[in-house]
Amino acid sequence: MSERESRRPTPVVGSPVGGVGTSDGYGEPWPAQSPGVPVLDEASRRRVEELVGRYPDKRAALIPVLHIAQRRCGGWLPDYAIAEVAAALELTPADVYGVVTFYDLFHQKPVGRHRIRVCTNLSCQLRGSDEVMAVLRQELGVDEGDVTPDGRCSYVHFECLGSCDTAPMMMIDDTYHENLTPERVREIVKGLT
Amino acid sequence: MAFEPVLTRNVGQPEARTVAGYKKRGGYAGLAQALKMQPDEVTDAVKASGLRGRGGAGFPTGMKWSFIPKDPDKPKYLVCNADESEPGTFKDRLLMEHDPHQLIEGCAICCYAVGAATCYIYIRGEYTAALATMEQAIRDAYDNGILGRSVMGSGFSLDLFMHAGAGAYICGEETGMLESLEGKRGQPRVKPPFPAIIGAFGAPTVINNVETLANVPHILERGADWFKSIGTDERNTGPKLYAISGHVERPGTYEYPIGVPFRTLLDGCGGVWRGRSLKAYIPGGASAAILPGEQFLDLPMDFDSVAKAGSMLGSAAVMVMDETTCLVRAVARLSKFFNHESCGQCTPCREGTNWMELLLTRIEKGQGREQDAALLSNICTHIAGNSLCALGDAAVGPVKSLVETFLEEIDEHVRLGHCPLPPQPVFEGASH
Repeated sequence: MSERESRRPTPVVGSPVGGVGTSDGYGEPWPAQSPGVPVLDEASRRRVEELVGRYPDKRAALIPVLHIAQRRCGGWLPDYAIAEVAAALELTPADVYGVVTFYDLFHQKPVGRHRIRVCTNLSCQLRGSDEVMAVLRQELGVDEGDVTPDGRCSYVHFECLGSCDTAPMMMIDDTYHENLTPERVREIVKGLT
Repeated sequence: MAFEPVLTRNVGQPEARTVAGYKKRGGYAGLAQALKMQPDEVTDAVKASGLRGRGGAGFPTGMKWSFIPKDPDKPKYLVCNADESEPGTFKDRLLMEHDPHQLIEGCAICCYAVGAATCYIYIRGEYTAALATMEQAIRDAYDNGILGRSVMGSGFSLDLFMHAGAGAYICGEETGMLESLEGKRGQPRVKPPFPAIIGAFGAPTVINNVETLANVPHILERGADWFKSIGTDERNTGPKLYAISGHVERPGTYEYPIGVPFRTLLDGCGGVWRGRSLKAYIPGGASAAILPGEQFLDLPMDFDSVAKAGSMLGSAAVMVMDETTCLVRAVARLSKFFNHESCGQCTPCREGTNWMELLLTRIEKGQGREQDAALLSNICTHIAGNSLCALGDAAVGPVKSLVETFLEEIDEHVRLGHCPLPPQPVFEGASH
């Protein structure tokens, strides 16, 4: 626990938070550091309340709330975030942990500031996704799933992202990059800050 | 006879994303018509149209609605399945990104017909752009009296919410989706009871795919007879979106009358790319059996014709493969997908998909053994029909067709000790 605790990112109180149910997707990531502040700040707690009100059962808000919490923690869910979400929805951490481990979009270890997901399913494989993966490895110099030493990027292969007509493609954070070529991939990756 | 697009008529028309613009283009006429009718009459109209579910199973939509108990006091739900995850499928994303109100209108008509006061659109978490477009359209619909306390002034009350998933193919299975909606792991339920009796939050629930619901406003507006006049026969009616990908010149979503021959689809998207010839195609997503191309060029792409050919129309995700494609490699990739996405609940599916991936990968690497094809067949037999949901059967689809129709490809790998069709670089001068 202590190793994870030491990596704990910390939020600025009152930073703008959207979340599922708003046009800005899952809300803004944690922008900066300030110790001892809860994962769900006041604005996100209001959003949680609103989400809970949509369902006859509080638990139904769990996945949307996990999206918010993950966004607040820089793209992954440390144990303390899982515990806090569990408390907010009156569930046990074990219960929430079971849900987190089931879904591909939730992460339990730190990810890069930019998360690259390359679709490698059949339609993309037929149009060069293996070459896209090879270029990423070359450009970023780390293995799939690892974070670059500067914390900038991590990349993984992913199952079908529903963009087969623009294959090969990759998703970076919330954005689809389509009709990729090796040159285009290099260009896009160089532009990530 | 020229076919005029129905479902995609607003694609590329940004004004259709607002209530005002959508109305200007003829939208919400179907809902207005429905609200003048009795709820049962709306269901009857959909029944009469012959509309079958566009998510994959092809179940008659009107009949599904009629299974909802009539008890007026209990809550009922519509859950729209927007978890489009079947590899090769991208039609629902197009509908949501370009014509969100068409879907909202379809949802509202369904809710009115079955007496549901709440609708959740379960969208896959990766579809962030579609989610944002839908959210904005929903707010606009509330502001303009389309949703909320009195739908278009009728006194019928309806709430509609987007609900984003978090990346799991199994949540496209209807009961897996309900579990996920309730905040749990998306593991499918035992059926019966079916969702029409015990669905979301223990209440009667209709579950319909995005494209299915997008058809509904047009049926109400133009009538069941008009709808039935499109398509192959009375069991395969209406317009259909075909998501075409792989080795074709212009991949994309194409709208045709259901049952158009495969040859028309292929010609419509510019044919096989790079002047190559057709080897095989998958007519309905990763779960469907692979068909040899030349032999099935004139196959009508409707539910019954594709089923008769030994495959399935499924989500109508058409994946085209040219002569350079190694089918062992292609099926190995699909098996890797099913192995990853199996929820792990039922042993035959959990273990079987793992063995399928392992065997196919081994064969592709040239390390296959003579008995591996028979072993794959044996695994198929043990998975099919032996798990709670259709994922196991889906995983069997492509593997079974490889072993039965393209056995010589497996044999050649084993005989040669390497792949006879190693992957060709797609890009000129690409680095490896």
